Amino acid sequence: MRGRADIEDIEVELFVRAMQLRHGYDFGDYAPASLKRRVLGLVHSTGSAHIGDLTARVLRDDRLVPDVVAGLSVPVSEMFRDPSVFRALRDEVLPMLASYPVINIWQAGCAYGQEVYSLAILLEEAGLYERAQIYATDFSDAALARAQEGIFPARDARTYSENYLAAGGRRSLADYYHARYDFMKFDERLKARMTFANHNLVCDGVFCEAHLILCRNVLIYFNDALQDRVLRLFRDSLVRGGFLCLGSRENLEMAASARDYVPVNRRARIYRRAVRDL
Amino acid sequence: MSARPVQAIVVGTSAGGLRALHVLLRGLDRALPVPTVIVSHTGSSDMGIFCELLAHYSRLPVEEARERVRPRPGVVYVAPSGYHLLVERSGRFALSIDAKVGFSRPSIDVLFESAAETWGSGLVAVILTGANHDGAAGLCRVRACGGVAIVQDPATAEAAAMPEGALALAGADHCLPLEAIAPLLNRMCHA
Repeated sequence: MRGRADIEDIEVELFVRAMQLRHGYDFGDYAPASLKRRVLGLVHSTGSAHIGDLTARVLRDDRLVPDVVAGLSVPVSEMFRDPSVFRALRDEVLPMLASYPVINIWQAGCAYGQEVYSLAILLEEAGLYERAQIYATDFSDAALARAQEGIFPARDARTYSENYLAAGGRRSLADYYHARYDFMKFDERLKARMTFANHNLVCDGVFCEAHLILCRNVLIYFNDALQDRVLRLFRDSLVRGGFLCLGSRENLEMAASARDYVPVNRRARIYRRAVRDL
Repeated sequence: MSARPVQAIVVGTSAGGLRALHVLLRGLDRALPVPTVIVSHTGSSDMGIFCELLAHYSRLPVEEARERVRPRPGVVYVAPSGYHLLVERSGRFALSIDAKVGFSRPSIDVLFESAAETWGSGLVAVILTGANHDGAAGLCRVRACGGVAIVQDPATAEAAAMPEGALALAGADHCLPLEAIAPLLNRMCHA
């Protein structure tokens, strides 16, 4: 039975190759263990017999591609996930950003947008939203479409509200959305300074000149080489002294480009681009 | 019993896990030559306190598992709250925030399955007290890859559902009262 695992590993490699050659998506530098779990999840959700079957289908049926890409992209988050991180952004980062006439923020890997709306609320309450521009990117068009809608299931409202208050929210989260049937729809005005765009961290370049980049729990799915590449990309996208916020359990020790960042709040994984010449 | 020397121990538990882990860790050899990796559903958002509670009774150092790190012999690692903990084929830890598996994140199944594929017959997997069936599928994979399965005797478990579920789905190489598990692990590791 050790053999079965080995066959699946070969099949994952062939799947990755097929996605690259046929559709131009490169998952070759994704962390193998969770990539394999996700591919097996797709086998299940698409009713394929095995990974080889999924590969054969995705080679010939382009209609499958959006589902496959969505299944291999950033998983759904929650609003104000890890409230202490949003509190740190509110208390330690936004006051520093307040000195810029225009504040560019890049949310890389925005998934369904929960954190983009969280960020907009944070900026609104700090009185900075009018001056801000949030670029929310993902390589899944399906995710971007969902994020742009700003509609989330009502069953999550309670968790989101608790997170919001724990993050130091000054009002009630309900002030920012309308409840409709089983959904909550966030106010249009929160979208006024948001731009959604397709960007793939694996292959695309500098996106904007950012004062703050949020990319939480995305790099954990990448191998060391791709993690390092993306950290370099972020460095090149940040203004000097610009901020980077990663997921709360991310580890930069293996990445050479970590030397270009100075920790601001280690627990919250908030860093600044080193000010020295590079 | 196992085709090659033990390379790692993985442990899964939920309800009643803290007390059971105290007993297990207290009994492990100070010079254990392999890493021990634990998934425990405690519902706590900060596993730092959980690690401290375990360290109090453990002769081995207890740490939260960090991504990209290669587990060291003689160290006990605990999966962080809210993340799945996986073992890469390279033998290093990885984390994911993919959907819960069996209502759990971290999931025992996710750890066990990836550890089984990495360490094969060099893996020993332990299921302790718990109130759900997480770990049963993972234990199947451990056995299928040649690893050794140890399940706490449900009669001695604070919550019997988890060991019962594991026995029903995967069976076990050893089904023992809690106190007997650490001595067996010590013997296996020094064999």
